[in-house]
Amino acid sequence: MKPHVARPDPSSPGSGLDAVARASVEAVIASFESRQDVLLPILHGIQDALGFVPPASLPLVASALNLSRAEVHGVVSFYHHFRSEAPGRHVLRLCRAEACQAMGARAIEAHVRRRLGIGYNETSADGRITLEPVYCLGNCACAPSAMLDEQVHGRLSLEAVDRLLDGCGEVA
Amino acid sequence: MSRRIFVPRDTSAVACGADAVADRIRSEAARRGVDVTVVRNGSRGLCWLEPLVEIETDEGRIGYGPIGVVDVEGLFDAGFPGDVRHPRALGLVENMAWLKRQLRHCFSRNGITDPLDLADYAANGGWAGFAQARSMASEAIVQTVIESGLRGRGGAAFPCGIKWKTVLDQVAEQKYIVCNADEGDSGTFSDRMLIEGDPYRLIEGMLIAGRAVGATKGYVYLRSEYPLACRVFAEALDTAREAGWLGSDIRGGGRDFDIELRIGAGAYICGEETSLLESLEGRRGQVRFKPPLPAIKGLFGKPTVINNVITLASVPDILANGAAWYRDLGVGRSRGTLPIQLGGNIRRGGLIELAFGVTLRELLDEFGGGSASGRPIRAVQVGGPLGAYLPESQFDTPLDYEAFAAIDAMLGHGGIVVFDDSVDMAEQARFAMEFCAVESCGKCTPCRIGSTRGVEVIDRMRAGTDAEADEVLLRSLCDTMLHGSLCALGGLTPLPVLSALKHFPEDFAVRR
Repeated sequence: MKPHVARPDPSSPGSGLDAVARASVEAVIASFESRQDVLLPILHGIQDALGFVPPASLPLVASALNLSRAEVHGVVSFYHHFRSEAPGRHVLRLCRAEACQAMGARAIEAHVRRRLGIGYNETSADGRITLEPVYCLGNCACAPSAMLDEQVHGRLSLEAVDRLLDGCGEVA
Repeated sequence: MSRRIFVPRDTSAVACGADAVADRIRSEAARRGVDVTVVRNGSRGLCWLEPLVEIETDEGRIGYGPIGVVDVEGLFDAGFPGDVRHPRALGLVENMAWLKRQLRHCFSRNGITDPLDLADYAANGGWAGFAQARSMASEAIVQTVIESGLRGRGGAAFPCGIKWKTVLDQVAEQKYIVCNADEGDSGTFSDRMLIEGDPYRLIEGMLIAGRAVGATKGYVYLRSEYPLACRVFAEALDTAREAGWLGSDIRGGGRDFDIELRIGAGAYICGEETSLLESLEGRRGQVRFKPPLPAIKGLFGKPTVINNVITLASVPDILANGAAWYRDLGVGRSRGTLPIQLGGNIRRGGLIELAFGVTLRELLDEFGGGSASGRPIRAVQVGGPLGAYLPESQFDTPLDYEAFAAIDAMLGHGGIVVFDDSVDMAEQARFAMEFCAVESCGKCTPCRIGSTRGVEVIDRMRAGTDAEADEVLLRSLCDTMLHGSLCALGGLTPLPVLSALKHFPEDFAVRR
């Protein structure tokens, strides 16, 4: 499940990526000027294209922006949004913040973790769902909330969450 | 004539099924040969009624809510899109007491206009503030904002005009306006709702700020957890630019100003202004030492105005109506209106804009209608995850920055999260420390280490080997964090912890 961890050749940035991923990363980098301040937009572009930011892509980014790999890695690892491993086919983000807690988010959290048999930032054994925590989706008057892929869902009950998970069963 | 039907394109409405409802209304109308135009408006802020569907009639707009996909066919059967009898009918929306009691200035257009329609914006008071600012010298614009008494709505409540004046007084070849839309506080959603429902208002506010201080470039730093707001604002920027409201020689006035949208990446700390600047520059969102102030050395080392969404969105009306109009609203040193966000365990939650001075109790009872669960309200947290927990005995506190500070609480960004009597306040205190540990930028020790130790001490208190000694330790730790942290994250995390301990000590008793 980790296609992008082939041993990179230090003399050739991005050599740990397969050809398709490498082309995506290079296209994203090419769409920006070479300035440090576009680092986050570039990382967003890579994650939007591939679902994560492969560690093997970091040398490409570093070299394009004239940064060290350590600097780029430092940024990727700082921000919760960026993933370093490929996610499952769907990403479910459960809101853990106070407004959702007040409406039973802790029970939903426990239920989902039990049903999927995983913790946060893990992917279910069948590769269907990656579970991530999120701290507020701005839907606090219709709590509890979760975001499945890019779609926010509110007023969740255990049954509603089960329906969301069931819906992830069919592979599109 | 085509009948206009409004179905909000707002995260809360969409999260409750508004997209599907809009689609269903279109298909049902087509099937029946009824001529309707579905407008995707912003939200009125009556979140408990979302999706709130409105139809335009000669008398005004009639509301129905909450409407699910399953209700649509029945509505048409009953005579929709006329004024039909239906159990979810709300009558004329503008006559609803919940809205009528409010003072909507910043949110005057939300839910009423089509957020992306420039003509609709102009027809409902849009650009009036900019038109006024255009006829004024920079100093006069800044003076108006100073006299209005507007304070930063992001939480720190610093006088906005003073900040602008500092930037105006700097001599530099480049200055910036940065909008902090990294609305990470739990229980707050006014920034999101404004950006989704009236995005040109923010653009107008930034244009005025740019004119006031001599900045030609603006950034909006919007959080990645708000994908719909990101899409709406990106569309708004394109439309505004195409119409000449952004770019060079704006509307023939000879001035340049453009705005770039930047998306955050899930770091709560980037709501702290210096972390946000670091993030915009492409680095880890670590807090900077102050001084120098961002107003003197901010983005890329240049003088920078950094303001919250609501602060900037309040400016157009201040320019249009004058400083005195705004200053006459509110109490004490808290002038103007505050968009209050009522969420969590509350029956009628949503966005309530009022002049400062309303009490928590009025909001909880008269607007909120009690808890959603029907159980007694035991505590509210005001001002986000770093805000204090208040017990029922403090519900008569008026919403006013100084009144909250006087009870060791803070108003912050105006979010109120309600808990019923099933809440475990020791668990909430523990969560405050846990959240701080997750989100700490790591630069200063009290926050980075203190938060993790805080979780451990609370766990030990409840396990009860030596609860008394652990309580002393927890208080001492909070004291260190409060006085020794570099920014508000470590510095304010003790607020929810100590307030829980003070008002709900029984919850910290040993678990058996």
